[in-house]
Amino acid sequence: MRDLTDRALSTASIRGASYADVRVVRRLEESIAIKTGRVEGVASGETEGFGIRVLVDGAWGFASSYRLEAAEVDRVAAEAVRIAHASATALRHRVQLDDRPPANGTYETPLVEDPFAVALETKIADLLAADRAAASVRGIGYTESAYGAQREWKTFASSDGSFTEQTITHVGAAVEANAIAGDEHQRRSYPDAGGGWSAGGYEVIRDLDLAGTAEGLAEEAVELLTAPQCPSGRFTVVLDPSQLYLQVHESCGHPTELDRVFGTEASYAGTSFLTTDKLDSGFRYGSDLIDIVADATAPNGMGTFGWDDEGVAAQAVPLIKEGIFVGYLSSRETAPRIGRRSGGAMRADGWNRIPLIRMTNVNLLPKPGMSLDEIVADTDDGLYLSSNRSWSIDDRRLNFQFATEVAREIKGGKLGRLYKNPTYTGITYEFWRSCDAVGDERSYKMLGTPNCGKGEPGQGGHVGHAVSGARFRNVQIGVGKW
Amino acid sequence: MTDRRDARAWLEVAQEAVRLATADGAGQAEALITADDAALTRFANSEIHQNVSETNVQLNLRYVVGRRVGVASTGRLDGNGLRAVAETAGRIARNVEENDEFQSLPEPGEPIGELSAAFATGTAEATPELRAEGARAVIAAADEVGVTAYGSFATTTEAIALANSLGIRAAGERTTSQLITVSMGPDGGTGYAEAAAVDATTIDAAGLGREAAGKARATANAVAIEPGEYPVVLEEYAVVDLLDMLGYLGFSALAVQEGRSFAEPGRRVGSDLVDIWDDGADPSGLPMAFDYEGVAKRRVSLIEHGVCRDVVYDSQTAARAGVRSTGHGLPAPNPYGPFPLNMFLGTGTTSRDDLIGGLDRGLLVTRFHYTNPVHPKLAIVTGMTRDGTFLVEGGRIVGPVKNLRYTQSYLEALAGIEAVGSERRCLRGFLGGVVTPAVRIASWTFTGGTEH
Repeated sequence: MRDLTDRALSTASIRGASYADVRVVRRLEESIAIKTGRVEGVASGETEGFGIRVLVDGAWGFASSYRLEAAEVDRVAAEAVRIAHASATALRHRVQLDDRPPANGTYETPLVEDPFAVALETKIADLLAADRAAASVRGIGYTESAYGAQREWKTFASSDGSFTEQTITHVGAAVEANAIAGDEHQRRSYPDAGGGWSAGGYEVIRDLDLAGTAEGLAEEAVELLTAPQCPSGRFTVVLDPSQLYLQVHESCGHPTELDRVFGTEASYAGTSFLTTDKLDSGFRYGSDLIDIVADATAPNGMGTFGWDDEGVAAQAVPLIKEGIFVGYLSSRETAPRIGRRSGGAMRADGWNRIPLIRMTNVNLLPKPGMSLDEIVADTDDGLYLSSNRSWSIDDRRLNFQFATEVAREIKGGKLGRLYKNPTYTGITYEFWRSCDAVGDERSYKMLGTPNCGKGEPGQGGHVGHAVSGARFRNVQIGVGKW
Repeated sequence: MTDRRDARAWLEVAQEAVRLATADGAGQAEALITADDAALTRFANSEIHQNVSETNVQLNLRYVVGRRVGVASTGRLDGNGLRAVAETAGRIARNVEENDEFQSLPEPGEPIGELSAAFATGTAEATPELRAEGARAVIAAADEVGVTAYGSFATTTEAIALANSLGIRAAGERTTSQLITVSMGPDGGTGYAEAAAVDATTIDAAGLGREAAGKARATANAVAIEPGEYPVVLEEYAVVDLLDMLGYLGFSALAVQEGRSFAEPGRRVGSDLVDIWDDGADPSGLPMAFDYEGVAKRRVSLIEHGVCRDVVYDSQTAARAGVRSTGHGLPAPNPYGPFPLNMFLGTGTTSRDDLIGGLDRGLLVTRFHYTNPVHPKLAIVTGMTRDGTFLVEGGRIVGPVKNLRYTQSYLEALAGIEAVGSERRCLRGFLGGVVTPAVRIASWTFTGGTEH
């Protein structure tokens, strides 16, 4: 491998690059899809290739290919330099990278049971058991269950002396029950309709106990068909981790991406309200209870690694401290512009994409005091919202609206009846300032999403979020008409 | 070495993969090869900041043993790679349970005609310099009026080859290109413009730059208005989201079969002015001759004069329904079902000025942002307006307004269409091309606001 990376860097340099890096990535994926007790699709996929990123006259170029051959390395390196020259024809600021120390070493996701070594029959049987338990419930229209595993072998080398090799393994599984009657379509999913992904091995899937959860889940989906519509108005809301993680993702993770702040995602996903004048100026993002950290070292997080895709070591970067905004997710290019060094958040979706600033594990830290159950017990009148159903947020990450699969009434500190079709909306910093309770370690869990979209051409990111559940006051519930 | 741009050369590789799979024991086999040369030049803050290219090829092999199906994919297309992927797919097929709904891979049907309109040399030979020239044209237009340009210019050449053991042979090359731009002004205004085309050299980058820049100027110092019900004119960029979302929620046979679609033949969902269809052969879109199962694409009328007509099928949903595939299959395994990749909304007779002129008090919306279904069966969707929202009074634009959140049934929106524009644009949708005019809708439910 070193021959190939050396050749790529050398060719880029000879062609005129002042900086170059190369990533060689082999990705192995496995997926199982089951619908209503029927195996719909089982697939194994493998892709391998390399991408060369260069700086020429302060402008970026990138080229990539699936052909791991010397002649192709030469062609692609030359193409990257040609592209950088084209970039330089519309350049107003030369790119400057921070001076991180060279990275050298290896990293491997810790795991107990290699998911690719577990027999396929076992994985199918485990998922079928869960799916059939859900499908067996009277009133269920269809069920969908999914399993996925991904392993990447990634070699990174740069012209300023880095050489790292990493093996990263992620797994996920979920079961989903759908009940349909007339115009009503109700869904319940576990652990998350997106797939409940984590870093680790098949032990993560076993710990989910999908089969033990599926039947009760399906019964709840059927019950929702005849449940009353969630009331509208201002309510105290307790967010279960299954919803809170996405709230953190959309309204804390994305706004703190420094590339968005600098406008480099403006043509696609948008920018951020969190402009640099708010840094170190005491901007209050949330209540005193809000501590959010981007931690690329957190166990089981899909944003955990040894080094990012610029060779910056994994680290924990505080983003919000006691409610005050204190830091960004950053890169070697963006961090120097605010007088800092990269926080190591650059990751690429495979060999054929450039690294972008991505969330690592953006975690809302637990607060000693009350468990999530005790927060409910401490709530006189409110709603408990679980499991995301839809999400939307404006292009500066201010106005959000979420729907969850289910709401439960809270009365006198106890969970009561179900409500269907709950939605809630707010403005990011107003919402986080209204938080008056965060759960302690007892409900703190790592969740994440394997499909965080960003960039052009599109990239899917694997990111983690550890949360414990939290309570918010005076939240607008119920939006729209139906 | 296979000529990367020659789909017929890839077809020989696909046939070899099918041969290896059947020799390995597959009762049926299908090999799909996609070979892409894709490049994208991205600009922000009026400079190119990302600029990328990709050379990729992927083989997707579907291996059938009885009613057991395994799928494996690889980027290694030499002899060893083909043998390995056949072994992997076969191992999966032999280890899965029978799928009692699987009947067969598709059999040869209607012949696949030549579709020369799907390919343009201008895109296939597009260079980094050509894309940079487009970016500079947009930036220059922004400079002229003192705003900042953001956007991207993408060109893709794709060779697709598909063979199956029942005799399907399909091969073709297609090209697509897209330029999008967002302009931002110093007083908070933003504007948007976009074009998609088979031939990148036909895209008027300077014109798009002027359109977005002009709108960014026009939306400076927007004021907040109260959310509520407003009649709207949706520009083409916003209508794309309606069509995409209806395609996702309702126009797929799988959605119908699972009981989650609104589409029922004969059910009225739109006003008389609404005609929606899917047509992979129409050169005014981003055409493709066949789907990812090698089935020739048929024109499918989805909504005719406001009434649901048909939905799109792949081989599995067609077999379940006892009909023929319409050529809308996606690569296997595909739990999402078929999808209309070439949607059209029929044009009307109303000029842009008259669309706006018909609003007594309403909003002109350029585009939507981050939309998501809230209630899928009723097609209730939430999202934000973005990059140009204007208050119209007495048929005249009176000024820009801050962006609004909406929570709106897209079916009720179809029913409320009271005028359709006479001009149309070719744009990129969620997965394919969309050709659409602007529309005026009697009522749209805005449910919140934001700070910009």
